[in-house]
Amino acid sequence: MIKNIKFIIIILFSLFVFFIFLKGLEKSNNYLPEKTSKKIETNLSANKLYDQKKVSLGELIDNNNFSIINIWASWCLPCREEHVYLINLKKINNLNIIGINYKDDKSNAIRFLSDLGNPYSEVLIDPDGTKSIELGAIGVPETYLVNNKNKEIIKKYIGPLDDKKFQEILKIIKNENN
Amino acid sequence: MKIIKFILYIFIFALLFLNNLTARDSDQVDKISKNLRCLICQGQSVYDSQSDFALSMKVLIQKKINEGKNENEIYDFLKNKYGDWIVYDPEINNNTILLWAIPLILFVFGGILIIRKVSIK
Amino acid sequence: MIFNSIGYYSLVFGLFISIYLLFFSLFLYIKGKSNNDLNLNIYHFSLIQLFLVILSFICLILCFILSDFSNETVYYNSHTTKPIFYKIAGAWGNHEGSLLLWLLVLTLFIFLFIIKSKSQPKTYRLLSIFFQQIIITGFFLFLLITSNPFDYLFPIPEEGLGLNPILQDPALVIHPPILYLGYVGSSIIFSSSLAALIENNLGTIWAKHIKNWVFVSWIFLTLGILLGSIWAYYELGWGGFWFWDPVENVSLMPWFSLTALLHTISVLEKRQLLKSWTIILSISTFSLSMSGTFLVRSGILNSIHTFANDPSRGIFILCFLFVLVLLAIFIFFIFQKKITKNSSKSFLASRETAILVNNWFMMFFLSIVLIGTVYPIFLEVINGSKISIGPPFYQKLIVPFLIPFLLFMAVGPKLKWIKDNLNEINLNQIILFIPSIIISYLLVKLYGVSNLFTVPLFGLGFFLFFLTVKDFFSKYSTLSQKISHLGFSLFILSILFNGIFAKEFTSNMKVGDEREFMNKTIKFEDLKIIEKNNYKSLVAKFNVSDNKSSINLMPEVRIYNQPKTLTSEADINSTIYSDNFLVFNVIKDDGYYNVRYQYKPLMMWIWFSVILISTGGILAYFKKND
Repeated sequence: MIKNIKFIIIILFSLFVFFIFLKGLEKSNNYLPEKTSKKIETNLSANKLYDQKKVSLGELIDNNNFSIINIWASWCLPCREEHVYLINLKKINNLNIIGINYKDDKSNAIRFLSDLGNPYSEVLIDPDGTKSIELGAIGVPETYLVNNKNKEIIKKYIGPLDDKKFQEILKIIKNENN
Repeated sequence: MKIIKFILYIFIFALLFLNNLTARDSDQVDKISKNLRCLICQGQSVYDSQSDFALSMKVLIQKKINEGKNENEIYDFLKNKYGDWIVYDPEINNNTILLWAIPLILFVFGGILIIRKVSIK
Repeated sequence: MIFNSIGYYSLVFGLFISIYLLFFSLFLYIKGKSNNDLNLNIYHFSLIQLFLVILSFICLILCFILSDFSNETVYYNSHTTKPIFYKIAGAWGNHEGSLLLWLLVLTLFIFLFIIKSKSQPKTYRLLSIFFQQIIITGFFLFLLITSNPFDYLFPIPEEGLGLNPILQDPALVIHPPILYLGYVGSSIIFSSSLAALIENNLGTIWAKHIKNWVFVSWIFLTLGILLGSIWAYYELGWGGFWFWDPVENVSLMPWFSLTALLHTISVLEKRQLLKSWTIILSISTFSLSMSGTFLVRSGILNSIHTFANDPSRGIFILCFLFVLVLLAIFIFFIFQKKITKNSSKSFLASRETAILVNNWFMMFFLSIVLIGTVYPIFLEVINGSKISIGPPFYQKLIVPFLIPFLLFMAVGPKLKWIKDNLNEINLNQIILFIPSIIISYLLVKLYGVSNLFTVPLFGLGFFLFFLTVKDFFSKYSTLSQKISHLGFSLFILSILFNGIFAKEFTSNMKVGDEREFMNKTIKFEDLKIIEKNNYKSLVAKFNVSDNKSSINLMPEVRIYNQPKTLTSEADINSTIYSDNFLVFNVIKDDGYYNVRYQYKPLMMWIWFSVILISTGGILAYFKKND
């Protein structure tokens, strides 16, 4: 009798393990941290690229409804490729785009912007990468769509912007505006 | 006589524990970064990794230490940004209580099994 | 091209033969004949099956050597500029090829089993073959359906995508074959244990027979894990050799189970006790191997070592694994009642109890590694939380329990079978405690070492060491056991020493810079840039010197073109006293490089002690065959 109970328990346990593993297979194994802290770090302060003045992120996310925070660097090739999307976002919606210049050389960064165009209302520098970590970023490029009113991160894009992400941003903004 | 031998054994064994003196401080940044996962490398600690992310992380840890934050505060800060996933040492909370408990329960269970198989005569 | 076809069709024929052998062995078993000779067809077809797998394997290797990029596996894993030695190794350095290696070991071991089991009852042999052929058939199907090493690619590419440069290392060439001989070799223990259970063939003669297989599997598994660590240490450039990474854990888990089995089997042999437990251990060892293969190849866990992830493969292996496990559970519960059990208890002070204690700790350590590895999966499925379980978890749980374990190891192996009157625990042994305490006291004093467990671990490590050395001059147990246990005490000691007294230094330096560290001067003397045929190489020359010695270290950074990767190769100067380890990395600041130097005492002793542990096993194996 006891033997039978042991047997049934073991079989049930094995089936339980089997289904957990089956379910586990379905989930992605490469974990990209989604927004765990939904609010943008408004206290983050950094120097501006062009005039060295210190400013806090909260001050910059004040007007309009949305802001885009984009982490970029002149030495980063995908940043170069995604730059046109930022220019377009600026043109279409006059969006408030804030740039975080990541581990870069100032003159290279300035040259990058004069060569490819400057979509940013303000560029902050992050010479050692710590500001980006305070934002919860992993690397470069990374883009955040922020709701200015409640200071929440609506969407986080890891990697360069492309057509799909660009359209998605436009859609979110249109929906909110209506 | 045997009992005396046994007690002697245990007593000397206990002496080993009394040899402890004050703990030595290891390098804080190293200690913390060994406990953090490098999110780009998927399988290395921040300490081991040479990626941009890891290097920035080490700078940040040093900054936080200079501001006077202690180890746990730094872990909390980073968990808030990146999730519990970033720390390698699973702290004991609702999610992980079973993780720590099950091996210990199994150990006790194993001990019971052995006692049943063994007789003292 | 032709080798591609030969390789493929060899596997197809092999599959048919495995199905044939499966049914034929079962048929012969059910039919049952009086004579004890195995039907000649079984011999012949097993040999043909082995031959076909060997042929297939050789064909894959040839495809790699000839850079036949019409073969998809070769395309993804090779490159015309790769040195021929690594082209060959590329054959098993990928998912499909390594599965072919699985098949090779499975078919080899069953064939050897057939040859070497003539003294065993025929029914037992037939059943063993039956179960092993189930496993073999499963793997043939897995290979042919989801992981064919001979898939065609058209149009034929000009060049391959190259093997990961990290895998171009001699240690990694032999690590998989050696590891698999142990890891996959446990399959024969699984199959034959199920057969022995059904046939109630669990006496001393069977124990002696199966012991050989347990030893072979254990020796290769130990050496295989060692090679993996050596490779990680010399090649991966981080100075560590064990990270409690899922793939590492997956090879360690069967080792705990197999070590427990190794000890239990002698209880079975000498005292005919623990029959059920022996079977359970045999089943779990191979189940752990299979589970490990699932965990690592399905993509369910992420790790620095993972193969290409493919959920369809995962589902196949998962189902296959559970079929085998459920089959084993069923057979166990049905036939366990029928075996002639010896339910006598063992005395507290006896070798049997000592071995039970060994098993207790082995299973505990196993459970820690198993739970640590799979818990994140369970947690994520059940409530969506994602956590990491890394080295701190394993160390916190394992280290404290090593202390009583070492103590038991000091006492256990000396106990007599059946009953020991404890006369041998005499003053001599307690005296050995004294130098142990003195040494650990000195360590604390001189080096300020402390952490609650380090000191007792040191003390007990030394105690075990002194005891095992002293025991060489006594008759307590076999030479092989003394060597292995001595090796284990050295292993603990060298890991402790290495862990505690290792020192590291990191700094950004440019050519010509000098730094002082630990009374040594580290000078960045030179940097050469060389273009090789499939990578660009930056070779740095460092000099680490003090007034006693001067060592030159030449670490290298390689920038590969296919695929575009950057690897850092450390240079390690190894002596029996310590290793000097230096690695450098390219950083954004032009001209500056991030330099990491490590002083690692007694590193070679870690490898040496594991070799010593295996040597004990090798001695035991050859002695048994007399």
